[in-house]
Amino acid sequence: MSAAIAFEKARAEGRAALVGYLPAGFPTVDGSIAALTTMVDAGCDVIEIGLPYSDPVMDGPTVRAAAQQALDGGIRTTDVLRVVEAVAATGVPTPVMTYWNPIERYGVERWAADFASAGGAGLITPDITPDYSAEWIAAADQHDLDKVFLLAPSSTDERIAMTTAACRGFVYAAAVMGVTGARTSTSELAGPLVARAKATTDLPIGVGLGVSNGDRAAEIAAYADGVIVGSAFVRTILDHPGDEAAGLASLRALTEDPARGVRRG
Amino acid sequence: MADPEFVASFEKICREYAGTPSLLYHAERLSTRVGARVLLKREDLNHTGAHKVRNVLGRALLTKRMGKSRVIAETGAGQHGVASATAAAYFDLDCTVYMGAVDTRRQALNVARMQLLGAKVIPVESGSATLKDAINEALRDWVASVDHTAYLFGTAAGPHPFPSMVRDFTRGIGDEARAQCLEQYGALPDAIAACVGGGSNAIGLFTAFLEDEDVAIYGFEPGGDGVETGRHAATIHAGEAGVLHGARTYVLQDEDGQTIESHSISAGLDYPGVGPQHAHLAATGRATYIPVTDTEAMEAPALLSRTEGIIPAIESAHALHGGLEVARRLGEEKGPDATVIINLSGRGDKDMGTAIEWFGLGDAEEQK
Ligand SMILES: Cc1ncc(COP(=O)(O)O)c(C=O)c1O
Repeated sequence: MSAAIAFEKARAEGRAALVGYLPAGFPTVDGSIAALTTMVDAGCDVIEIGLPYSDPVMDGPTVRAAAQQALDGGIRTTDVLRVVEAVAATGVPTPVMTYWNPIERYGVERWAADFASAGGAGLITPDITPDYSAEWIAAADQHDLDKVFLLAPSSTDERIAMTTAACRGFVYAAAVMGVTGARTSTSELAGPLVARAKATTDLPIGVGLGVSNGDRAAEIAAYADGVIVGSAFVRTILDHPGDEAAGLASLRALTEDPARGVRRG
Repeated sequence: MADPEFVASFEKICREYAGTPSLLYHAERLSTRVGARVLLKREDLNHTGAHKVRNVLGRALLTKRMGKSRVIAETGAGQHGVASATAAAYFDLDCTVYMGAVDTRRQALNVARMQLLGAKVIPVESGSATLKDAINEALRDWVASVDHTAYLFGTAAGPHPFPSMVRDFTRGIGDEARAQCLEQYGALPDAIAACVGGGSNAIGLFTAFLEDEDVAIYGFEPGGDGVETGRHAATIHAGEAGVLHGARTYVLQDEDGQTIESHSISAGLDYPGVGPQHAHLAATGRATYIPVTDTEAMEAPALLSRTEGIIPAIESAHALHGGLEVARRLGEEKGPDATVIINLSGRGDKDMGTAIEWFGLGDAEEQK
């Protein structure tokens, strides 16, 4: 199911959508399914599932620690498909955020087919650009999957137009120049970037990187269609090692905060 | 490189500060031993002791021209870090070097050199705490600092345009060697040889000879404990096509596309990817890439030190071992005028710790 459907539903309610991120396999494969479904329960409209990778250049220490834990636990690409299937069964769209090499290794066409039959929404691809993604674009189109490429505050207007034209589902706008990780202050770069993106497309624009709480979510919801929260959710599970119930309770409370935030924005 | 003024400034500092053109040295005693003419391209004599200085001087000059005030670099052996810190000092730029925590311990002397030159050295603990993780960390720094910072990528790998820039700034090695060989012997060499980590010294030597179809081109990859053991960094020989650090190339990876940790006795060759230009030259067959094990490579420093009085870097020792094999074979086929150019990419001072352990050196009492 395309993430666009969740964005449309939120828009019809006069609010932004909340996109929640966790890596698959963190803290375990089943533990990540429990955590992600808790996030659905607590108000996430879209669930972004991370595919753990050995060289995550776009991730700060928090997401890296989680992905490393998943890799140390022996997560395989096929396990990620199992997580996708379980979370998609709740009815929310489930894009996967992945670095490119694991997909290429799995086989682009084979991935698109298996991922579509698991009910996945599409891919968020931080380390490839549309001009080098012909194979993925063809496979995604054939299997009716979302293609979410990233915009940065440094992107030129020309690159923004080229990128949004290749997206389906939504467009990912990075709020800051930098990597993932919760930040306490607001970014002044996100608003202008969203405005420049909106000048090129009717697709919903999601803003991610650094969103830490409901207040930040509300600020972004005032000008964007979606708010993406990752590291803050990862952090709370990292902070409750070995105590799944406490981790999930804290995750639920933490999700409800930006879920209220997007309704205030 | 389209601007003649820029090229002139680059050539001037290479000449007046780094000491290029480096010598093309006829190693006569080695030549006699192998039965062919062995010419060493003496990049070890450059300022800072390796070919790497060419690339960083070009990049630092470009940084100035772009109006940026800070450079960052990754380093494995510390050689590129030292070169970057040197160029930063020369051009009055702030400098931060990322180095795997494992490598800061292997190459403590180079950490001290960088610090003395005014650079900040940041040990990287994540992942395998070696070169690839230092690259990851430098890329993370750079995406947040790109408005005032240039990333001096240390080898011919990584995202475009790094491989092209590194080639353009290091190709002087081959341009010089080709002209020197023609001038000194009136003919092109039969073969050229370089070690391949990420591939900068190799592409620097190879580029000038790519159109010379009669010149055989050899790249020697770090074979570690032996390719069959899985503990190696012979990316072209044993890796598979993939994407690492923004380049499509050969990568050491598992069934799921996760990067596999590489191994080499030489920190400067210990990288699980390789520059995409080398992947291309391997795929088209223009160059031949062959693994050299740790044990084979370590024969070369002893041989070169004792026959020629030159202590090579362990990286370069891979090229020496492989290049001498090629020379021996060519000598048998064509006689003693058969000529091989081997890129002596760096000097071995930084590797004395490894040599002490490997050869059991250092204790004067026990020396015979
Ligand atoms: C002396 C020397 N040679 C070779 C290398 C390998 O790098 P490359 O393959 O980029 O030439 C290094 C890297 O540190 C080096 O210090």
